[in-house]
Amino acid sequence: MSMVEVAWHGRGGQGAKTASQFLGEAALDIGKYIQAFPEYGPERAGAPMKAYTRISDDPIYVHSSVKNPDVVIVIDPTLLGAVDVVEGLKDGGVLLVNTEKSPDDIRRKVGLKKGKVGTVDATKIALETLKIPMPNMPMLGAFLKVNNIVSIDEVSEIVKAKFLKKLGEEKTKANIEGIKRAYNELKIG
Amino acid sequence: MAQTKSKKIPLTGDQAVATAMKQIDPDVVAAYPITPQTEIVMYFSNYVANGQVSTELIPVESEHSAMSACVGASAAGARTMTATSANGLALMWEIVYIAASLRLPIVMPVVNRALSGPINIHCDHSDTMGARDSGWLQIYCESGQEVYENTILAVRIAEHKDILLPVMVCQDGFITSHAVEGIQLLDDKKVKEFVGEYKPAHSLLDVEHPVTYGPLDLQDYYFEHKRQQSEAMKGALKILPELFNEFEKTFGSKYDFIDTYKLEDADIAIIALSSTAGTSRGVIDELRAQGIKAGLLRPRVFRPFPREKILDALKNIKAVAVLDRAESFSAEGGPLYTEIKAALYDSNIKPLAVNYIYGLGGRDIFPDDIESVFSDLSGILKNNKVSNPINYLGSRE
Repeated sequence: MSMVEVAWHGRGGQGAKTASQFLGEAALDIGKYIQAFPEYGPERAGAPMKAYTRISDDPIYVHSSVKNPDVVIVIDPTLLGAVDVVEGLKDGGVLLVNTEKSPDDIRRKVGLKKGKVGTVDATKIALETLKIPMPNMPMLGAFLKVNNIVSIDEVSEIVKAKFLKKLGEEKTKANIEGIKRAYNELKIG
Repeated sequence: MAQTKSKKIPLTGDQAVATAMKQIDPDVVAAYPITPQTEIVMYFSNYVANGQVSTELIPVESEHSAMSACVGASAAGARTMTATSANGLALMWEIVYIAASLRLPIVMPVVNRALSGPINIHCDHSDTMGARDSGWLQIYCESGQEVYENTILAVRIAEHKDILLPVMVCQDGFITSHAVEGIQLLDDKKVKEFVGEYKPAHSLLDVEHPVTYGPLDLQDYYFEHKRQQSEAMKGALKILPELFNEFEKTFGSKYDFIDTYKLEDADIAIIALSSTAGTSRGVIDELRAQGIKAGLLRPRVFRPFPREKILDALKNIKAVAVLDRAESFSAEGGPLYTEIKAALYDSNIKPLAVNYIYGLGGRDIFPDDIESVFSDLSGILKNNKVSNPINYLGSRE
């Protein structure tokens, strides 16, 4: 059975929960089994929080949080050092960080000796495309680059279907542009 | 194998229940709309505001009043629902018993969460386990899909003329209530047909057939009325299979009092309610691959207690671990454990039985934890002895 488990790290209000659900919903739409859930604590804007996505070709029965993620996505780089984001990361796992720094810098900072590290300046991309510092959708684009359980075209279609009515054409396009830019600009090391 | 076509829609357990309530379109929903309420009522009140249901929504000032308003509405002959969780259910307490004793078919989805104190909002079963003797039927659900479908099924159970008892449909707080999963929704029209038009047997508003609800009932008849309640609960054991069958024929999903996984030829087994059963399935697969005959029993209906079904399921099991996500402070183990043991006492089935209290206040339960329980069971089986009958799984010593 092939299951991908993703852990999202962000701060309350940065859209980690939304991104975790969005990835799940895109996968559901192409016929995968999914779970997406946040780890609830005493929620408040700015507090560190986690969310998870599970995607599988088979029904998912496990209901615990994700202990050994395949991919860890850090939406807010100020969490590095404050939270052990690579705790439990699988041996061949991937750490994706929203930062202008290089994968080598991040690898040193978190003391990661295994797996892959990917970095992309998702906040800058969000500011240039969406005009707001909301890096969650670009980080979804970064994920699509390192894991092909869902394709970037499939996600773009879902974004269109979901956002067109709610946000209008311009913002929908900006979201897709943000996803594609992060997909292309991700540096892996 | 991937699903051939995607008809499922992404919903949390709370959204799934609210959707079921929308399809049921009850006459009255009375609810306390803020904490400790769940998102169920928030989503449902959107349906009311948007005119998608014809329900009279009564926002009340407390959970005690929510159940009181439900009692009034149900006695008046309205199909009545509410939803609650944790301390909300605790505050309803007095009226929860009254709803059952008046034989009012109220359906109440409950999101299982810890009772304070200390203050905690996360999953455990303390809330509904405390209400296990209140006279309500209780169904515990593993997934969003199950809680969605059982909310619909519960309407028919509660309103069955030979049951007429309220029903709690329970799911695990946050674990399924706030997790998005793909939910296969049932057809609106079919749900409408399945629940049917509610024709109350004894309506206060039916002046041609006057009835009294809730009078003084002292030494003369109180006992007989309690006895009738008891008989109705026992009777539900016979009636539920008809309704399970009808649900399966209509919608395709098969439900029973219990659910089992690889139990038939198992030597060792875990008994657990709700989402923890799901977490156990993968562990059982792994153990089976190593040649260990492990299995799972998940009671779905806890009230009435499906004794015969449980005994039959356990007949070949040599050692069993009962997992309780609630502490009853009896010093004799958790509520599920004591009931299972009581059921075994006057039967010929005598597996070695051990209790694990776990997951209180939302302490996560991982596959590793389940594996450790099975490992303990293997040891118990080998030594043919239970040294520590009551254990605390995942608690710091």
